[in-house]
Amino acid sequence: MALIEMTGIGKSYAIADREIPVLRDVTLAIETNEYVAVVGSSGSGKSTLMNILGCLDQPTNGEYRLNGRDVARLDDAALAGIRNREVGFVFQNFNLIARASAVRNVMQPLIYRGIGVAERHRLAAEALARVGLSSRMTHLPNQLSGGQRQRVAIARAMVTEPSILLADEPTGNLDSRSTERILGLFGELHRAGQTLVVVTHEADIAARTGRVIELEDGRIVGDPT
Amino acid sequence: MSTLGTLQTLARESARAAAESIAGQGLRSALTVVGIAVGVASVVAVVALVDTLERSVTAEFEGLGGNSLSIASFTPIEARARGRIASLTPDDLARIAARIDGIASITPLLYSPLEPLVEVRHGSEVALVPLRGTTHTYQDVYRAYPAVGRFLSVADDRHRRRVCVVGDKTRADLGLPEDPVGEYIEVGGEWLKVVGATERKGDFLGMSQDDYVLVPYGTMAALLGDMPKDMVIQLALDDGVDRDYAQERITQVLRRAHGLAPDAEDDFRIHSPDQLADAFAEIGAVVTAVAAGAVGVSLLVGGIGIMNIMLVSVTERTREIGIQKALGATRVHILAQFLTEALALALLGGLLGLCLGYGFGALLGVLLPGFEDVTVPLWAVAVSLSFSGGVGVAFGILPALRAADLHPVDALRYE
Repeated sequence: MALIEMTGIGKSYAIADREIPVLRDVTLAIETNEYVAVVGSSGSGKSTLMNILGCLDQPTNGEYRLNGRDVARLDDAALAGIRNREVGFVFQNFNLIARASAVRNVMQPLIYRGIGVAERHRLAAEALARVGLSSRMTHLPNQLSGGQRQRVAIARAMVTEPSILLADEPTGNLDSRSTERILGLFGELHRAGQTLVVVTHEADIAARTGRVIELEDGRIVGDPT
Repeated sequence: MSTLGTLQTLARESARAAAESIAGQGLRSALTVVGIAVGVASVVAVVALVDTLERSVTAEFEGLGGNSLSIASFTPIEARARGRIASLTPDDLARIAARIDGIASITPLLYSPLEPLVEVRHGSEVALVPLRGTTHTYQDVYRAYPAVGRFLSVADDRHRRRVCVVGDKTRADLGLPEDPVGEYIEVGGEWLKVVGATERKGDFLGMSQDDYVLVPYGTMAALLGDMPKDMVIQLALDDGVDRDYAQERITQVLRRAHGLAPDAEDDFRIHSPDQLADAFAEIGAVVTAVAAGAVGVSLLVGGIGIMNIMLVSVTERTREIGIQKALGATRVHILAQFLTEALALALLGGLLGLCLGYGFGALLGVLLPGFEDVTVPLWAVAVSLSFSGGVGVAFGILPALRAADLHPVDALRYE
């Protein structure tokens, strides 16, 4: 059984009485410890696919199984639980909480598991150490560089030990040196057994993954498997 | 992780997030809090004053003798139409004194039927003073004991002596010396010799309790001449005597003495200080109710202020809510966080209002005579805090629901 199984996933938005399809009949399977790139031009449905993969959004039709669970039929609380336990998000614009320090940002997802504050702090410090930011724990996001912010975000995504790490244009706002560092981290995580899905429009980033899924107009047009 | 642990974490994190948010928007929070505080402060101040007033009224009536009754004549309208004017006489007093058990002391009070206040002169000083004809028993019923000289005696009454006892204020107003015994005052063209002055009792509700001239009953009757003499009977019951029972017995005795037919209305009325105290309590209740209405309005306004600020807060933090949802926050987490913030704002307002109310009450205590020991009853503290808390929840629920119902994708995309 694959970690992710999508069968005939469709997503459409109702805009001015018209159904605008964004994803059409997407079927894919991702195994544990795969490193996958999703590529496509803007408007191809990459981000929508990402949101559905991460249970931030529900498909209009089709079936989605994550770790064998039929996600399409879960309620809000159960979906929140899946986002908390199974999925780690890394966004293009980092999406850190501006008024919270690096360590507090990393501790945040552990709150929703009901983990005590001391244990939370310990796990967050560990995660920050893994991304090389032990010396920046108490810094606020605006006191950190873009690359450092994204590393905080990665630490936050990884602190819950998710089944899958979803990154949406993770290096889109970064210079080449920071990009290299982030991609290096992703490589390390992959070697340690992490499953990763990275949405990108940059060919050289896609080239470093193990599999490239190409989307066009809401359909998968290229997938080596 | 146990459910209890999860709940504890939820409560603690909600409280911390609320504290951070309120502190992070200091001025805005302070202005919102003031809205609630003003409402709570006014209710606390009003309740404190009313409560203090009631307590002092109660204390005064207890000073009169906790178990006392006063009986006055009352002429029903139909009897008045037939030209019959009811009155109480010394015979009535004697009957009551003889036939009712448990009377500690009983005294008549005879007033001028024309004017409650009479002109009293001493030298060039003139004062308008209540003039009461009574007996030596007055001092036991009213606990008015002579400070200098003596009280009215049985002999004074029997011989209709032209003597009087003055209250402390009357004495001062008339320019009489500290020891006025032997001085003469002029009342309605008659000269009365002062034989004593009573102990000072002080003010009650801003009115002096030491302003009166007491003369022997017989003397008063003589002064009144041909005028109708209608006394008020004031009596104190022994401790432990049931007042309702005594009242019933007095009614029986007087009805028989006055030869009333079974279907006739009483031609007298029996009052107890409780009735007066109850009347004061009623006034207090009305004032409290009016204040509560005013406070309700101001709390409503304060609540709208909270709702407004919470809606702003939710809009400002839309993206943050999206992040929290992406990280696994449920509707309940978000709801609890914003509801806690609204509740905290309202409770801060409640606490601040409580302090302001205390301060205002204490200030009035200093400024107003008779309100020296203003206290805020505990129930007012509880009510104002739970009310402001309720306002926080009631007006915080809509913004909190709006936050909790945000779609994570939309919230994350919010600029």
